[in-house]
Amino acid sequence: MAVVAGLTRRPLEQVSGLLRRRFHRTAPAALQVTVREAINQGMDEELERDEKVFLLGEEVAQYDGAYKVSRGLWKKYGDKRIIDTPISEMGFAGIAVGAAMAGLRPICEFMTFNFSMQAIDQVINSAAKTYYMSGGSQPVPIVFRGPNGASAGVAAQHSQCFAAWYGHCPGLKVVSPWSSEDAKGLIKSAIRDNNPVVVLENELMYGVPFELPPEAQSKDFLIPIGKAKIERQGTNVTIVSHSRPVSHCLEAATVLSKEGIECEVINMRTIRPMDIETIEASVMKTNHLVTVEGGWPQFGVGAEICARIMEGPAFNFLDAPVVRVTGADVPMPYAKVLEDNSVPQVKDIIFAIKKTLNI
Amino acid sequence: MRKMLAAVSRVLSGVAQKPASRVLVASRNFANDATFEIKKCDLHRLEEGPPVTTVLTREDGLKYYRMMQTVRRMELKADQLYKQKIIRGFCHLCDGQEACCVGLEAGINPTDHLITAYRAHGFTFTRGLPVRAILAELTGRRGGCAKGKGGSMHMYAKNFYGGNGIVGAQVPLGAGIALACKYNEKDEICLTLYGDGAANQGQIFEAYNMAALWKLPCIFICENNRYGMGTSVERAAASTDYYKRGDFIPGLRVDGMDILCVREATRFAAAYCRSGKGPILMELQTYRYHGHSMSDPGVSYRTREEIQEVRSKSDPIMLLKDRMVNSNLASVEELKEIDVEVRKEIEDAAQFATADPEPPLEELGYHIYCSDPPFEVRGANQWIKFKSIS
Repeated sequence: MAVVAGLTRRPLEQVSGLLRRRFHRTAPAALQVTVREAINQGMDEELERDEKVFLLGEEVAQYDGAYKVSRGLWKKYGDKRIIDTPISEMGFAGIAVGAAMAGLRPICEFMTFNFSMQAIDQVINSAAKTYYMSGGSQPVPIVFRGPNGASAGVAAQHSQCFAAWYGHCPGLKVVSPWSSEDAKGLIKSAIRDNNPVVVLENELMYGVPFELPPEAQSKDFLIPIGKAKIERQGTNVTIVSHSRPVSHCLEAATVLSKEGIECEVINMRTIRPMDIETIEASVMKTNHLVTVEGGWPQFGVGAEICARIMEGPAFNFLDAPVVRVTGADVPMPYAKVLEDNSVPQVKDIIFAIKKTLNI
Repeated sequence: MRKMLAAVSRVLSGVAQKPASRVLVASRNFANDATFEIKKCDLHRLEEGPPVTTVLTREDGLKYYRMMQTVRRMELKADQLYKQKIIRGFCHLCDGQEACCVGLEAGINPTDHLITAYRAHGFTFTRGLPVRAILAELTGRRGGCAKGKGGSMHMYAKNFYGGNGIVGAQVPLGAGIALACKYNEKDEICLTLYGDGAANQGQIFEAYNMAALWKLPCIFICENNRYGMGTSVERAAASTDYYKRGDFIPGLRVDGMDILCVREATRFAAAYCRSGKGPILMELQTYRYHGHSMSDPGVSYRTREEIQEVRSKSDPIMLLKDRMVNSNLASVEELKEIDVEVRKEIEDAAQFATADPEPPLEELGYHIYCSDPPFEVRGANQWIKFKSIS
């Protein structure tokens, strides 16, 4: 809904320029902020608030970030707090974890999460498991962040979604923001969290503007990790998604609304710990569930939701089996027609919804 | 006269051991300190190295002796408990390498930091944890230093970051701790240890690069005990000059069986780091009597003769003892008394480690997250739930 609103707002502003001179209007309380700007603001605020927070990664300082997410931060905070690293993922991820063990609060950026595979041992074995292995004596307050999942035309080695891989591991928290509000609130919560948090951003969402409500403009605005958000209320079917596919779900919901089908769209926001209660409550209302994700189907986020729904109270309220909409079970191809059909499109979501409603 | 003193000491030692030996030896004149020559270190990209003589005080000598003997007996006790199946899983012992952990500790401050790999029991002790907490962690009891959650390879203490199971992963961690030292501007350094086997891990070279680039106060220390599990250094490394493997990082090769050599080299390296010049590398040439772990008898890839030769010629405890006795810093009897005290301490600790109960099942889910409100953790099926407390 917010994306659609953003698109219609601009022509209006051009017209209202005339109106403003005649009527005294206070500036709109909501602000248009892109996801990129929101992450930037979130990091900036936390860097300012706590001098133990610092950012390291490839190109984060002098280049302003490979995707310009850290623009301006090096200029403001300098070499000590914003550190350019050599291309050494395993090394600098380990350095970041060590710094966190010694009491600092690092933000470790992976240029994309595909490269985090080179460092995954440090994320899982050095970060995630340490508090438990030490019997609660050694916390690791670190944030791993960066773009995750499919982009556009970057092919197989640069398009993998890691939500299921990181979501699998106890000791980690894994969040997946969709909107600017999500991005800002979750990055701030992640930085303040005393646990290792993986923040799965999305490159295609970086440039998308959203309305940032007044409360999200506060320096203490936090979104709790572990709580999903109902983006759109509905009664006929529950759609659960995370990250960019949430946009597609809302589009699908708009289309279906014209046909009299009201979808309840849930934005997971957090992959681990998963807010299954919100999903269950919704399914108990709508009796139908469709999961939508960009990652591969096997052992994915949707598969986990299916398993948990079966184990919980919502199972008896289902009028049809849960349906999953996912990325195609192939390494991401390059040619546009192939790539387009390897990620869930709005038509795929609509088709799945109609299937489960038996329409 | 001597017989009477011996009788007095026997009576008094039943009551309070230390005062008795002090009474006994007060009658002898021991030297306060002595100067010893130590082996010159091989140097890489360094104009000067550590001094070739050092002064050992009687007090320090006794302290080092006791510490090394404690590590030795603790490891042998662990061997015994493992064979009795009271310790399970992995158990990597460091007997033979006592001069390394005790010597390194002697060269740094308690406020400095240290991280090592899985052959970590000695370091856990020298960094301040009591033997009983270490043995109880090995036996998986609630009195263990990690509450039984970690085991042999995952023991932590103040300024001691384990205890790490993945070979080589601790080296970037150590460089990160050094980064924190530099960031905090408190003149602290980090000792980052790894073995001759780990020395071929790529991530170590990544850590060397960043540590040198950013001038991190990190002492990279290769504990070269000649064998990475069953593979000798000649079969694993194109260059076995581990002290040179840091390339642009200056290095020194140290006799790791001589605690005084280790201490002096550590002091030298620590001063180098604290002066802001960046990282430095130390190779400690040492030897382990046990196999790689308790599952490895340690004789399929090396000869019993070799092990025996090291024991008879280079044992670190024997070397220190001989030096002290020959320089009149201590008497044989006095050191024997320390042996007896240490044995008792280890025996008591083993008793505790065997009798202490296992952690309660209710705590299986504890310590997943830090600072979080309690939540539920799934057990083997959906009906089994464990509470998780931070």
